[in-house]
Amino acid sequence: MTDSFMVINNREVRFEPGQTILEVAGANNIEIPTLCHLKGTTPTGACRICVVEVEGPDKLVPSCAEPARVGMVVQTESAEVIKARRSILRLMLSSGNHNCDIKDYDTKDWTQDQLRLLSGETPQELCPAWGDCKLQDLAFKYQVKAVGQPLSECKYPMETGNPLIVRDFSRCILCGRCVQACREVQVNNAIDFGYRGADAKIIAGTDVSLKDSDCVFCGECIQVCPVGALFEKKAKNGARPWETQKIRTTCPYCGVGCQQILHVKDGTIMKVTGAEDGKPNLGRLCVKGRFGYDFIYSKERLKTPLIREGETFRSASWDEALNLVAHRFSKIIDTHGPDALAGVSCARSINEDSYQMQKLFRAVFKTNNIDHCART
Amino acid sequence: MTNSFGEFSRAKMFLVIGSNMTEAHPVAATFLKNAVMDGAKLIVVDPRAHALTRFADLHVPIRVGSDIAFMNGVMNVLIKEDLYDKEFVKTRTVNFEELKQTVLACEPEAMAVICGIEPGVIVKAARMLAAVKPVMLCYTLGITEHTCGRNNVVSTANLQMLLGNMGMECGGVNPLRGQNNVQGACDMGALPNVYPGYQQVINEESRKKFGTFWDVGNLPDKNGLMIPQMMDGLVDKSVRGFYIFGENLANTEPDIRKVEHELASAEFLVVQDIFLNETTRFADVVLPAAAWSENDGTFTNSERRVSRVRTASVPPGKAMPNWWIFREIAKRMGQTWESVSAQEIWDNEISVLAPALGGIKYHRIEGDGLQWPCPTVEHPGTPVLHQKIFTSGKGSFTPVTWTPPAEVPDDAYPFVLSTGRRLYHYHTRTQTGRCEGLNDLLSEETADISLGDAQRLGVADGERVVVRSRRGRVEVKARVTEEVPKGMVWMAFHFREGNANWLTNPAFDPFTLTAEYKACAVSLEKA
Repeated sequence: MTDSFMVINNREVRFEPGQTILEVAGANNIEIPTLCHLKGTTPTGACRICVVEVEGPDKLVPSCAEPARVGMVVQTESAEVIKARRSILRLMLSSGNHNCDIKDYDTKDWTQDQLRLLSGETPQELCPAWGDCKLQDLAFKYQVKAVGQPLSECKYPMETGNPLIVRDFSRCILCGRCVQACREVQVNNAIDFGYRGADAKIIAGTDVSLKDSDCVFCGECIQVCPVGALFEKKAKNGARPWETQKIRTTCPYCGVGCQQILHVKDGTIMKVTGAEDGKPNLGRLCVKGRFGYDFIYSKERLKTPLIREGETFRSASWDEALNLVAHRFSKIIDTHGPDALAGVSCARSINEDSYQMQKLFRAVFKTNNIDHCART
Repeated sequence: MTNSFGEFSRAKMFLVIGSNMTEAHPVAATFLKNAVMDGAKLIVVDPRAHALTRFADLHVPIRVGSDIAFMNGVMNVLIKEDLYDKEFVKTRTVNFEELKQTVLACEPEAMAVICGIEPGVIVKAARMLAAVKPVMLCYTLGITEHTCGRNNVVSTANLQMLLGNMGMECGGVNPLRGQNNVQGACDMGALPNVYPGYQQVINEESRKKFGTFWDVGNLPDKNGLMIPQMMDGLVDKSVRGFYIFGENLANTEPDIRKVEHELASAEFLVVQDIFLNETTRFADVVLPAAAWSENDGTFTNSERRVSRVRTASVPPGKAMPNWWIFREIAKRMGQTWESVSAQEIWDNEISVLAPALGGIKYHRIEGDGLQWPCPTVEHPGTPVLHQKIFTSGKGSFTPVTWTPPAEVPDDAYPFVLSTGRRLYHYHTRTQTGRCEGLNDLLSEETADISLGDAQRLGVADGERVVVRSRRGRVEVKARVTEEVPKGMVWMAFHFREGNANWLTNPAFDPFTLTAEYKACAVSLEKA
């Protein structure tokens, strides 16, 4: 351990050489707001909302990119810093369609407008990130309203042409987190910054739709989007964050065992995100893990035991079906011995189910004819 | 896996053989790609130039089924050029002389002919592998789904022991398991030869232990049947009652026509599942089960990590948890089992019976899961196996020689068919086929063929082709792609229509009875 010290908000704190100011602050429970910063990726300094004041000639520096130095004296919420953040937020708010309470529409009908949007008649108009938006949070925290700023028209239409991810460029603040997630986290290299200046846009490939690009629909970009520019198509009429219960579970597909957070409202999964910092996936998911959950709500689910009757099945009670199974299996054991029974367990279901099935075969039927698809 | 996913992003080098990780295990692949972006080396050995090869320092496009020839060739170079880890071989292994004798007969020139590559590539791969330590070896079903599958697996272990890459972080032999809980189903003893925790059924002490715990006598003392033997038994009537839990055998087993005949021969077939599927057509009784997220439990992933699964929704109608159904049948046949929840089954039975799981209890895996072996409740779990000593003492080299697939291309069937999975679907689509959006991204099966073959046959991308094997025929669209080498047709088994298993060969590895899904002979023509 080296003994390197700096001062943040009049507190002397120790740091490891190579840490940024943001990392040192985080390690000492000093909160600095961020928008573009994405843990584990190269800092881009794109949004500058994390500016802090450093004693010396270059007063305001982005804390995500600035290395901590011995003897550095930093203020994270000085008057200068707050002024800078408010001006950054004002610019962001006026750059797009941020129709929540942080946007003053120059109209007296704001409350009515919000109620109408929330009523669900025209849900596409209401920002899907309402209540789960870092920009909204920061605008509220720093009390910024884009009063008098006309709503600038977005040059680029919303992309809804693929089945899973909606891209609403009118709400994009060009923070670049999605680009970092795509290129540095998932390394799918499907999206990037395109065009310049006022035309700037996050593009897929040579500015084609996601479907026609290298995108593999892992949805990592949605998970990191701090605003409402990227969202799950399936969840568009979904729940607001305070309405959902967050349940951690394990993905039902491949053998990686990704940890998921199920966002559940009234017993229904509204969307799935990766469990941040959970092992082994550290918040990452693939297309099946993120979007492959709604089969459980299919109308085709089996809802009752079925017993064959000629070419078709008829519904039966559990008692009738289980009695029949026990009776027929017992008869086969009596006539042909226990090894005339065989069973295949399920490599998709929980451990406890496989345990019970092999116990049934060994302890009750008295045969070891139990296998599963590990070999096939 | 001997090692863990958490080591991927820190690894210095990977040898990925027979694994299309970016499609079959996408999140694992992201960590591997992170390491490569940070400078790690990557060798991909695979007949196909799949997406991961874009990140590879060396892609070795071996012929389907020539893995042993490649690995023996590499080990030949390592020994001849004195590049292997002599200290590791001396202190940690036995049978080196036997291995040496076998692989010294495998000159790169001869092996290269079998693999369909230049001998220099084998030499280059060997030197690259010897230059970095440790190397993480990852494989998937490209290794196991061959008639020489067991020998393929043995070869990967031989190679990693020779390189001294076992028992250390960022090394090891790492099979990425295909299903969420295939590791767990093995651990639970859903196998014909072992009880939970890999305790042999032929061992009298094991039988006594389980008999006492379950309070039953006469536990059967000989190994049971493996799936292919069960299927044969249905036809010859040595098996009469068949119980299929959560498996769509009618689509997943090789040679669908044969499988359907076998299922139709069952005297009494019980299928327990969440949907009607191709297999339930043959059932006498169908039992409706609760699905993922409709009951509590645990899954065990490829790195032996036992993680929690939790309830989010209620099962539809009368559907019930699987463990409850088994318990009810036991009750009707005279046994009342005490445990009445997944937690009770785990905490009071499984973790008591399986020594490697003894320290894993529900209260310990509320957050991240634990990796077995974890023998006591104080034990932190085991991310890396065989660290100071192999589980069985010393690592034993088992020399093996290459054998060809059971069916190879000839004049009548001049193409090799290889099979696998695609990104947007899972197995027979019973689940992903019912998820909004996924079918739109991939809505039908294709036959993936090379540009050269497409031109020769006059087939354009998207045109229909007929693929025939000795067992069946399918008509699907051609997908002309640079991923596939000349002479290969590549297909998946996600769709009933055009399912590769109408064509695949029910030839099995003699040890494991794993089917040769990765190689059979087919013909190809424009429809």
